[in-house]
Amino acid sequence: MWRGAIAALGAVVLGLGLAACGEGTSSSARATLTWFIFNEPSGAPQKIAERCSKESNGAYEIKFEYLPSQADQQREQLVRRLGAEDSSLDLLGMDVVWTGEFANAGWLRPVPDRTAAVVSENVFDSVLQTARFKDRLYTVPIWSNTQFLWYREDRVPKPPKTFDEMIDMAEKLGPSKGRIQVQANRYEGLVVLVNQLIESAGTSILSGPEQIKLEREPTERALGVLGRLSNSPVAASNVTTSTEDTARLGFESGDSAFMINYSFVYPSAKENAPKIFKVMRAAKYPQVDPARDSKPPIGGINIGVSAFSKHPQEAFAASECLVKPENQLEVAKLGGLPPVRSDVYDKPEIDKIYPGFADVVHDSIQDAAARPSQSPAYQDLSLAIQRAIHPPTQIDAENPQAAYERLREFVLKAIKREGLL
Amino acid sequence: MTAVPAGRKRRAPASDKTKAERKLGLLLCAPAVIAMLLVTVYPILYAIALSVQKVDLRFPEESGFVGLQNYAAVLSSDLWWQGVFNTSLIAVVSVAIELVLGMGLALIMHKALFGRGLVRTAVLIPYGIVTVVAAFAWFFAFDPSSGFVNNLPFVPDDKAWFGEHNSSLAVIIMAEVWKTTPFMGLLLLAGLATIDEGLYEAAKVDGATAVQRFFKITLPLLKPARLVALLFRTLDAFRVFDSIFVMTRGSQDTESVSILGYNQLISRLNLGLGSAVSVLIFVLVLVIAFVFVRILGTSNPAGQGEK
Repeated sequence: MWRGAIAALGAVVLGLGLAACGEGTSSSARATLTWFIFNEPSGAPQKIAERCSKESNGAYEIKFEYLPSQADQQREQLVRRLGAEDSSLDLLGMDVVWTGEFANAGWLRPVPDRTAAVVSENVFDSVLQTARFKDRLYTVPIWSNTQFLWYREDRVPKPPKTFDEMIDMAEKLGPSKGRIQVQANRYEGLVVLVNQLIESAGTSILSGPEQIKLEREPTERALGVLGRLSNSPVAASNVTTSTEDTARLGFESGDSAFMINYSFVYPSAKENAPKIFKVMRAAKYPQVDPARDSKPPIGGINIGVSAFSKHPQEAFAASECLVKPENQLEVAKLGGLPPVRSDVYDKPEIDKIYPGFADVVHDSIQDAAARPSQSPAYQDLSLAIQRAIHPPTQIDAENPQAAYERLREFVLKAIKREGLL
Repeated sequence: MTAVPAGRKRRAPASDKTKAERKLGLLLCAPAVIAMLLVTVYPILYAIALSVQKVDLRFPEESGFVGLQNYAAVLSSDLWWQGVFNTSLIAVVSVAIELVLGMGLALIMHKALFGRGLVRTAVLIPYGIVTVVAAFAWFFAFDPSSGFVNNLPFVPDDKAWFGEHNSSLAVIIMAEVWKTTPFMGLLLLAGLATIDEGLYEAAKVDGATAVQRFFKITLPLLKPARLVALLFRTLDAFRVFDSIFVMTRGSQDTESVSILGYNQLISRLNLGLGSAVSVLIFVLVLVIAFVFVRILGTSNPAGQGEK
């Protein structure tokens, strides 16, 4: 404790702030908050943490411990420490789907009412949903993320509205120019795809933490689309092992006309495929039902305060500061990560960050539907959905009944948490 | 050492000297044994204790004793048997290939006329590489978008190696073989070094060809080293995890029993169920070791086994 405080002070003296490993000589009562989060490549979290540490007038100092870049590996490390009631964690950089699980396990301190009021002001409902468990706010959303339909303007003058339209257009272009890139490997990305198709078709996987919904008609419609998408001649050749990154590489290689992916692909194309970048445009996630708005996925990071933290008060004060509008804007500027507050989108800088598609970002997050992470057994559900659907090429687009029965059976099994998964 | 049967030592009445030596032996072993007990027996007992309880970190209020329910859930699951089958297949195929290749490597290392150190180092490099790194190297080599394999002649350009069961397993097995053949070679080399050169000379004088010498002298005398090598590698191969985790994460039905254990323990935080899987893996490994030691006589240094 003392050593931590001294080290923290040393860091301030040295003006490092981030890699607080300096050795100071003087002492102070300032709390050192350790934020476990993946090393976001732009350095945005470090920047705003430094800002907040300064603004706290000596109340706290935020230092970082880095988690791996893959979400499941981040979770694995956090879970190991939290399971052992490790008090060295204060702030947790949490994927939006961990809230129910961590809260039910007793690893999170619920957000106090006063803080809750401040940090949920003007925040999209879709985002707040991911931060709540049993009607209580357990985490503080800091940035969001969503997927878009990326398309090539030179091949597709007007973006398609629905998946069926998109596949028609792509098939007309043929496999050398019209490939569609999605995520359908057996991993979380497939759960995102399946969930958004089901949500866009007008139903949900769950209706409560432990209740299945999955209405037959819309679910079969969604699965039919997935079957058609995966078996089409314009599906990527590696569709059953496709991830965000293989999709990006596929799009950058030039034979694709469409890609469903997050916003990181935009700066990546600028760097790796400048010609494609010039004709690359973003539209809203495609619809499944022509009569229904699509439901794009929701990602991003929420900040949790560990139940074993020795400085909960300072930790909540820090989270309040970290999610201030100006800090959200800073994170968007540096890392391109979409803000969770709708009013930040009114700032003129946003148009520079998302040139030409700022409105698409705003609307996509507003309409987004979360994965069924209100269930503390979300990981069971995720594994079960992956098993039930993968490989999606198995799904008969004309007769998705069998796929529906299989999905339903697996989801029910996951809800009961019985057997191996 | 020759192939003369060692025969079983009859236990002679211990003299004072042997008694004292035995005591000293026990004393010298004691620290290691105590350390082993601390770091292995405690976790094993703890895993067994967890496996008969309902323990799910996500649902702390639901804990309780459930008897053999977790075992019943595991043993009645298709996934478990698929996992056992995959694991056995990977173990048998990869160890068989490794044995043949390892034998070749051992002979090369043994007979190398020049640059012996260089040859041995070169052969051992794959074994020195961290398994995860090796697995990634194989993964990227076979990945259709980044790998070189699909650019080779006679390989279709868009072959998705990890998109289908057989090809996924084949790549996993190849990676395992590439990585651990040197280990097999090293153990066999140690065995080769114990064979008396005089035997070969005597055989030559008797007119035996190189092939005959290999089959009549090298192979029989190598039996103890071979069995030890097989035992080590089989036990190792049975716990295959890294390659599968990196390359397929268990998709296309390529799950090994260790991947199943990981899914229950780490992904689902279902410690009860996961511990039952771990204990069952432990039992399987014990069975394999028992078969090798008791039936094949691996532990008998003279190599004749207790028949």
